[in-house]
Amino acid sequence: MRRFYRNARRTWCIAAFGAVAGCAALVPPEPLPAFTVAGDAIPVPLVQAAGDSARGRTVMAGRDANCLLCHAIPESGERFMGNVAPPLSGVGARLSSAQLRLRVVDQSRLNRDTVMPSYYRVNGLTRVAEAYRGKPILTAQQVEDVVAYLQTLR
Amino acid sequence: MIRRFLQAGVVALLLMQSVALAATSPRSGITYAGADVRALQADDFANPGMLWVARGEKLWSTPAGRNNKACASCHQEAASSMKGVAARYPRIDTATGKVINIEGRINTCRERNQAADPLQYESEELLALTAYVAHQSRGMPVAVVADAANRPHLERGREIYYRRQGQMNLACVNCHEQNAGRKLLAETISEGHGNAYPAYRLEWQATGSLHRRLRACYFGVRAVMPAFGSDELLDLELYLARRATGLTVETPGVRR
Repeated sequence: MRRFYRNARRTWCIAAFGAVAGCAALVPPEPLPAFTVAGDAIPVPLVQAAGDSARGRTVMAGRDANCLLCHAIPESGERFMGNVAPPLSGVGARLSSAQLRLRVVDQSRLNRDTVMPSYYRVNGLTRVAEAYRGKPILTAQQVEDVVAYLQTLR
Repeated sequence: MIRRFLQAGVVALLLMQSVALAATSPRSGITYAGADVRALQADDFANPGMLWVARGEKLWSTPAGRNNKACASCHQEAASSMKGVAARYPRIDTATGKVINIEGRINTCRERNQAADPLQYESEELLALTAYVAHQSRGMPVAVVADAANRPHLERGREIYYRRQGQMNLACVNCHEQNAGRKLLAETISEGHGNAYPAYRLEWQATGSLHRRLRACYFGVRAVMPAFGSDELLDLELYLARRATGLTVETPGVRR
């Protein structure tokens, strides 16, 4: 249904302005499903299916999230890891799943000046390349998988 | 009490000094590179970028266009006529009021004086000529001066430098000032100066322009990439050159 609605709107837009480019600029990104922030946490998982820590590990080390670009995770066994951000050793003991969820979803809510990208957010971004426009960096399921993996770091 | 006061004063002085140093002594990207890369840049016989410089030297005296003139026909010896040019560029083109870099100046000269077609940005010919011209200023201090004509462009370049953008929502400053010296995976983040360009990058296995390097960062933060030679990249190039005051021209640099 949502896809139909989006397609219908796109068709109208093309008809009205005659250009897909104009359309992309005019239509704000489809909002992501709502979630509730409580304090420094998102208590309710973004999806019903439980996070899978093995998949989460793959997402973290892979190109989708690229966490190791900035964070060291000695437990990951990877060879190269960055040091722009704090190491994540033991982060599962320090922070709850709910706290980790908010930090992955949108760290800028906790620290406006953070250099950490918001992995599940589409609004308030500027000049996003067309291929990524309106899309969060990670899917809701991937966020849950990453949270599950971070919980194993104790 | 007095002792504590003095201690605080000393700490404040030290802090002020470190802030002043950070603002006045930029670090070239080459100082962040490993010994192998530094050695490659330092030895003209090993530096692969010198192949582009050598090609540029040939093109300098090769006639082009309907006027059958070479660069050398008007500018004679580049070693004297082009010395210092890269240290002062980019500049404001009085004809258009816009920022013009060496690539743009070469193409303007081709069109106006040689009656030749402009060279494609990032073509081997334009890279070679740009590298050759810039090489004539190697070792000279970067000296772009702020004045009434270039100030709006410097301001615009500065805005771009501090503007968060792309899906990653990062500005140049977030990495190249706030986190210079730290590691992204295995790569050390540099201060992001353009004083070695055109430079040979091992990742490219080729010499490339500063705009190519800047576009790679736009790609990395998943932002809309401005075209080669666009006003946006030119304004940013101007701001970067001003910001690199205190460094020397290194063209052709070698980078990872």
